[in-house]
Amino acid sequence: MQNPSSPRTLYDKIWDTHVINTLEDGTCLLYIDRHLLHEVTSPQAFEGLRAAGRPVRRPDATIAVADHNVPTSDRSQPVEDPQSRLQIETLERNVKEFGVPYFPLRSRSQGIVHVVGPEQGISLPGMTIVCGDSHTSTHGALGSLAFGIGTSEVEHVLATQTLLQKRAKNMRVRVEGEVGLGVTAKDIMLAIIGRIGTAGGTGHVIEYAGSAIRSLDMAGRMTLCNMSIEAGARAGMVAPDATTFAYVKGRPFAPKGEAFEQAVAYWQSLHSDDGAVFDKEVVLDAADIKPSITWGTSPEDVLPIDGVVPSPEDETDPARAERIRRTLAYMGLEAGQKVAGTPVDVVFIGSCTNSRIEDLRAAASVIEGHKVALSVRAMVVPGSGWVRHEAEKEGLDKIFRDAGFEWREAGCSMCLGMNPDRLTPGQRCASTSNRNFEGRQGPSGRTHLCSPSMAAAAAVTGTLCDVRDLVKGAV
Amino acid sequence: MDKFTRLTTVAAPLPQENIDTDQIIPARFLKTIQRTGLGKHLFADQRYDESGNERPDFVLNKPAYRHAGILITLDNLGCGSSREHAPWALLDFGIRCVIAPSFADIFHSNCFKNGILPIALPRNVCEALMDDARQGENARLTVDLQAKQVIRPDGEVIPFEVDPFRREKLLEGLDDIAQTLLEKQAIEQFEARAARAWIPSTRGN
Ligand code: SF4
Repeated sequence: MQNPSSPRTLYDKIWDTHVINTLEDGTCLLYIDRHLLHEVTSPQAFEGLRAAGRPVRRPDATIAVADHNVPTSDRSQPVEDPQSRLQIETLERNVKEFGVPYFPLRSRSQGIVHVVGPEQGISLPGMTIVCGDSHTSTHGALGSLAFGIGTSEVEHVLATQTLLQKRAKNMRVRVEGEVGLGVTAKDIMLAIIGRIGTAGGTGHVIEYAGSAIRSLDMAGRMTLCNMSIEAGARAGMVAPDATTFAYVKGRPFAPKGEAFEQAVAYWQSLHSDDGAVFDKEVVLDAADIKPSITWGTSPEDVLPIDGVVPSPEDETDPARAERIRRTLAYMGLEAGQKVAGTPVDVVFIGSCTNSRIEDLRAAASVIEGHKVALSVRAMVVPGSGWVRHEAEKEGLDKIFRDAGFEWREAGCSMCLGMNPDRLTPGQRCASTSNRNFEGRQGPSGRTHLCSPSMAAAAAVTGTLCDVRDLVKGAV
Repeated sequence: MDKFTRLTTVAAPLPQENIDTDQIIPARFLKTIQRTGLGKHLFADQRYDESGNERPDFVLNKPAYRHAGILITLDNLGCGSSREHAPWALLDFGIRCVIAPSFADIFHSNCFKNGILPIALPRNVCEALMDDARQGENARLTVDLQAKQVIRPDGEVIPFEVDPFRREKLLEGLDDIAQTLLEKQAIEQFEARAARAWIPSTRGN
């Protein structure tokens, strides 16, 4: 543990508060406050517990929900895919046997684990939060330390409520100033990844700070922290503030009354002290950030929407030139072409990056009064049953449906193409998800990552386009 | 996790470099909900032909090696994806020890986590051990973790190095979880801290 009187970062504070003891080689036994489970990475962990005759140490600190491999079509029908059904049934059997709280598939609380945790008030500031999924970093938006773990570690947390971990380094990304029209948290994060690269945060935990971050709502901060993993970091976080406390207050599982006041008093101490030392610091000017889109197969292949696709000829490094050539061939793009105007086949609004009510509102405001282009299949997959319900109350579903969007049930869906929602080979998709790797959304599918409003604009025009032009009526 | 103290068994020689985890167990077998039962898929692409029949020349299909407890290979064993299914498949087949000149990092640590002892020895030594192993049933190798020695069929002793902390855990049959459970009191004391009183239950208020 560092000297508590010297200035510490937000990460240091949460880490220090959770260390039970430290081994000779610096490995710490870290206490875990929240453990989130889903159907794909938990079965072998439960199997391990069963084989060793071990109970779940703290079912009351654990919660399970099926999301990755669930159908997002009609839920009144039984799950058709046998593998998916087996995974869901196995999760249901395990949570029952081990007494773990669970949000059933047909309940309104079901949804993508990283959407559900914050919206239910299960993920809270100051906590250590883990899940067998790399985008657990999302929950750091609340001012918690949240990261993904492997199956052995899932079992370790189930059995002991702790993890063996080594301290990471501190990195701060500051975004100062005000963003322009049409620029969202997704654009800010794509710009950050474009700047520091997909290895920029390796070995570090990123704290996002600066006036542009402070003025983001919680949904925006979650979008940002979600993609920390695409920037190479295992976790991202934003110091909790009045926006955070207002968000948390009244959530079903959040502390109530006096306990809430007590918690807020503590949460207010969770910020990096003046003079705290960061191993790495990057500063961006918010005014430089434009609505953005990825052109390639790595999240760092980012362009402003008015940009042009790079040419291998402009690269001096032969390995990079070769990568650009391969990527262009995979993506079906020409070197030097304008990215705007490229026709799309599919528009996917969903995933733990951008499927919250705020995201749907942003997309709907672009869609309203328009129709989805005839050549496009467009789908909205809300992040949770609650988001879906709220959107229906606000009439957003009607805006989407009237325009020609599919309005689906909550789940990961086309983010990872594990269930039937996937691209067919060669299809091009404007997607609000977080990974554009080859084949991620279906074999040989082509993914362009962007914000919900940009995806909505692509649905209307049938091409990648600048949402600002659409809003201004220029296209 | 079973204890690992001293093992005398037939060793299977697989003289290949850079055996990645995809070869140890191909990705199509990962859709499982279990970690046991993967032994039949171990080295599936080398072990079976397109119609799923055993290839008689592959070492693990030969009668002498069907119950091998040691696998000997060349450099960089276990590279590629970090899937834990690779050690699960080895263990399920019955392999408790892998010997190679070098290992990929994550695979190396995943072996220990799952009760398999990885031993790094110079390439010429690995080749000599492979020659022993080629004699099948007639040449059993002994791995003595207590003494940190591999003993050849002719009695020659080859010392090896192993991380003391990990050795201790294997000897005791303690996995990470069992080790951590020894800290039960410290965990309970931590949970009882007054400063944690605000943390609600996931069972709802
Ligand atoms: S929405 Fe996508 S990134 Fe998020 S948890 Fe599901 S599969 Fe992973």
